[in-house]
Amino acid sequence: MSPDLLKLIFGRLSIDSLPLHEPILVGTFVMVALGGAALLGGLTYFRLWGYLWREWFTSVDHKRIGIMYMILGIVMLLRGFADALMMRAQQALAFGGSEGFLPSHHYDQVFTAHGVIMIFFVAMPLVTGLMNFVVPLQIGARDVSFPFLNNFSFWMTVGGAVLVMASLFIGEFARTGWLAYPPLSNIGYSPDVGVDYYIWGLQVAGVGTTLSGINLICTIVKLRCPGMTMMKMPVFTWTALCTNILIVASFPVLTVVLALLTLDRYVGTNFFTNDFGGSPMMYVNLIWIWGHPEVYILVLPAFGIFSEVTSTFSGKRLFGYTSMVYATVVITILSYLVWLHHFFTMGSGASVNSFFGITTMIISIPTGAKMFNWLFTMYRGRIRFELPMLWTIAFMLTFVLGGMTGVLLAVPPADFVLHNSLFLIAHFHNVIIGGVVFGAFAGINYWFPKAFGFKLDPFWGKLSFWFWVTGFYLAFMPLYVLGLMGVTRRLRVFDDPSLQIWFVIAAIGAGLVFLGILSMLMQFAVSFLKREQLKDVTGDPWDARTLEWATSSPPPDYNFAFTPVVHDNDAWWDMKKRGYHRPLTGFKPIHMPSSTGTGVILAGLATAMGFGLIWYIWWLAAVSFIAMLAVGIGHTFNYHRDFDIPADDVIRAEDARTKLLAGAK
Amino acid sequence: MNTDTHAAHADDHHHDDGHAHGTFSTYMLGFALSVVLTAIPFWLVMSGALPSKQITALVIMAFAVVQIVVHMIYFLHMSPKSENGWSMMALIFTIVMVVIALSGSLWVMNHLNSNMMPMHEMTGMK
Repeated sequence: MSPDLLKLIFGRLSIDSLPLHEPILVGTFVMVALGGAALLGGLTYFRLWGYLWREWFTSVDHKRIGIMYMILGIVMLLRGFADALMMRAQQALAFGGSEGFLPSHHYDQVFTAHGVIMIFFVAMPLVTGLMNFVVPLQIGARDVSFPFLNNFSFWMTVGGAVLVMASLFIGEFARTGWLAYPPLSNIGYSPDVGVDYYIWGLQVAGVGTTLSGINLICTIVKLRCPGMTMMKMPVFTWTALCTNILIVASFPVLTVVLALLTLDRYVGTNFFTNDFGGSPMMYVNLIWIWGHPEVYILVLPAFGIFSEVTSTFSGKRLFGYTSMVYATVVITILSYLVWLHHFFTMGSGASVNSFFGITTMIISIPTGAKMFNWLFTMYRGRIRFELPMLWTIAFMLTFVLGGMTGVLLAVPPADFVLHNSLFLIAHFHNVIIGGVVFGAFAGINYWFPKAFGFKLDPFWGKLSFWFWVTGFYLAFMPLYVLGLMGVTRRLRVFDDPSLQIWFVIAAIGAGLVFLGILSMLMQFAVSFLKREQLKDVTGDPWDARTLEWATSSPPPDYNFAFTPVVHDNDAWWDMKKRGYHRPLTGFKPIHMPSSTGTGVILAGLATAMGFGLIWYIWWLAAVSFIAMLAVGIGHTFNYHRDFDIPADDVIRAEDARTKLLAGAK
Repeated sequence: MNTDTHAAHADDHHHDDGHAHGTFSTYMLGFALSVVLTAIPFWLVMSGALPSKQITALVIMAFAVVQIVVHMIYFLHMSPKSENGWSMMALIFTIVMVVIALSGSLWVMNHLNSNMMPMHEMTGMK
């Protein structure tokens, strides 16, 4: 075939695009292919495809979508963590003339992929998944405001993740660092597909994130059960509201910045180039206007989880509910006023730097207030050291440390010394792992019985906890030291042999974290096998306080047979105290949204379009775009959007619960 | 408590309160206003009626802002009362965010420009 025709069909894609010359990648590919084939074979053998498609992939149930988000987050955690292990090993080995085992071309992709995956495809899905699962239950709703949109959002997130994963074996990923600063990310310096994978992966996933933000805001504003005023909402719902407001207000900025970078790369505009009036610094400025709120998007829901956990496991009402809410709102606003602290060294001068340094320090005040609220909640409480509480305590210790190094970095002169050093790396891992990851784990351990009807095994959970916590400190405390000694981030080889010991310690720490992750997977497996022993029949295994514990575990499709009425904060606690009796008769048919495969199809087409745009396969991009419009318009003619769960089914489900509850007594 | 009743409304009832619906005449009024507000800037540019380009640009910006308000009132049916005040809150929040992002970016980039471009004239040094 003529090269022109090949180019028309395959764009930039050719046999040479496959990384056959990199043994590490070929090995990984073989492993993934074998594992994938085993998984697909298993699903086919056990005839699970129909079940998965009907009950999960096309489901619009917020609980199932939330669980799928969590699974996505955990799967991607394994990928992101594999990158982390490779970096730690490379840096521990590359001393005394050794080049380590990663060539620079590969190493640069590894650290970029690590950052992108951990933020966008681990932390975001974990946080969104928990909000999706918990928020409608906490406010006594039957689903989110727009159930189909919710399913579509999830699959768009998956689509972005698929694109990023595809870059591992087809072509390559960006070698620019996780924010792809120009001019390095411009076409002149990154002519290959790496940055395009980055752009389209994030754009596809970004659609999902933004839509899910709108959806959850709507849900919280519109679907609260009678009596639940704003100031009676559980704190987790409050933090979810603020987080989603941040998502809706900040993700468009990311979308636009990436679109402008796309124009620079694809049609030769000069927004962020060095020449013709372009300014790469504008990119840095704009992307941090999104980027700083993003870190609060991640950590606010974690604060919410810790609030619920602390109050439940101390057996007390949360100390300072009102101040907690106001602190959350203040953080929401302030998070927009600090973005420049990510580039003090760019040269805006003393006045600009001092303004942003001071606003950054001010943010630590509401955060500190929260910390004291949690401490005072625990004070004189009857604390139960179950797994969620353990993660919460580890968070409080770790996060305070990370917060303090953050305030240190907020001092512009100190930042000039520490900018882009490993001190910074240690700081943000300190707050993201200590805050977001520990928060997600506390949330998983706390709400798992609600989602699946049995608790997680405490032995493997504690093992995982201790591996994670000690591993975290071993892995990142040496980086603080190295940063103070002046080692910068993203280095591949080192000359000074005296530094090696610190990198070795950090690598050991990463190994412990690896054991922590394995223990967690083991915890899931063991808990599944021991599910009869760990069963939760009451629906309220922790003697908890908020509405999600008022229904069964797992909740029925319709969540609540009757919409609850709320009179107090900690609604369920209040109901228990006042001797609430579950209604046993009078059930009516319940109106619910129907499942639809449109979300999967639309997101699949969007992913195909992204792939076409990355490789300049224009026909593919055009066809999938037109198909997307057609399917989208076609879906508006789908009138089978809802159905009624017959009263008989409701009665059957509720009677089964009545029997279970009677058996539990 | 009267705040309770608000939340009670929010669930299950499909009341029309909070949703403003335009009538034919308000839609026509909005349409006419937007046409006028679009036509005048075009005329200003094409005829060059104002003495300097800068003034023209500023006047067009002013018309654009009025245009936004017209759209919000006549087409999006926003008022301080719509959706129990949530529209207004969202609007205020959006304006605050946009002002922060725009003025902040201008401030930051202006300082960068004056500090980091020594070849240019050193105006605007603080």
